[in-house]
Amino acid sequence: MARGEVLVNQELCKECSLCITACPHNVLRIGKSMNTKGYHPVEAFAPERCTGCTLCAVMCPDVVLTVRRKSPERK
Amino acid sequence: MKTVFERPQALTEVPMHYCPGCTHGIIHRLVGEAIDSLGILGDTIGVASVGCSVFAYDYFNCDMQQAAHGRAPAVATGIKRVLPEKMVFTYQGDGDLASIGMAEIVHAAARGENITVVFVNNAIYGMTSGQMAPTSLIGQKTATSPRGRTVEEMGYPIKMCELLATLEGPSYLARVSSHDARHVLQAGKAIKKAFEMQQHNKGFAMVEVLSTCNVNWGLSPVNALKWLEENMIPQYPLGVFRDVTAKEGN
Repeated sequence: MARGEVLVNQELCKECSLCITACPHNVLRIGKSMNTKGYHPVEAFAPERCTGCTLCAVMCPDVVLTVRRKSPERK
Repeated sequence: MKTVFERPQALTEVPMHYCPGCTHGIIHRLVGEAIDSLGILGDTIGVASVGCSVFAYDYFNCDMQQAAHGRAPAVATGIKRVLPEKMVFTYQGDGDLASIGMAEIVHAAARGENITVVFVNNAIYGMTSGQMAPTSLIGQKTATSPRGRTVEEMGYPIKMCELLATLEGPSYLARVSSHDARHVLQAGKAIKKAFEMQQHNKGFAMVEVLSTCNVNWGLSPVNALKWLEENMIPQYPLGVFRDVTAKEGN
């Protein structure tokens, strides 16, 4: 049961993959779809592993990711 | 589910023009988060520099002013003195702040102007396609130092935090990094503190954020972060070089 959820703003993603290396649970990968800039936005291919730790979003240079988490909140 | 991370209100919805993986975007967001968390969005005026960050005025959701190359601290001085109740920050790269703008930053710091400076150091000229900057590392290959920067020919890199720490004016000087999540979170705290210094009228505060320029360094975004950690941090040690509130014990 996933404790967290990552939402991707597809159009802002530039496929730099910094979020993928930041994720400690291997949730994200480069997707197959293409946005209007010609990049392949990241996708959460293993959403059940997401804990909502926000490390991916912290390292994202284009503020592509929104993270949601189930309580108990740590923030 | 509760949203625990989203785009700060202090950033506009405009897609940033930075290259994929450029940490400018991270640092923009940290400034935005600091503005949001202090609740000063309506009272903040930013001054954009010249360089890659020239379009910062499109990305911040507050009033912005574009300054001539290197003159952001002088423009910010004027704005702050006319509107002392506003929060004024500059966002400058190393070509802007440490090269053409050296006089303005040193004098603004010496005067202890009550402004916040966010200094992004990526050790190269990014926008003009990778020439050597005053902050380029010894041995670093750039478009204008193709065999690596040598001390004999090009002198030593300028360490801005250490340089400004010789002055009595600054209230807060810190060098932080953006190469991993832990350091990004620390950088966010330092930037917030630099704004708080201004809020409490402590005077000049600058945060130097070590940043990447993966395209001009010739590396992938992920490898650029490693390069930063392995090469820049030994020459630009992280830390707080001045904090007047530490002396006061609060």
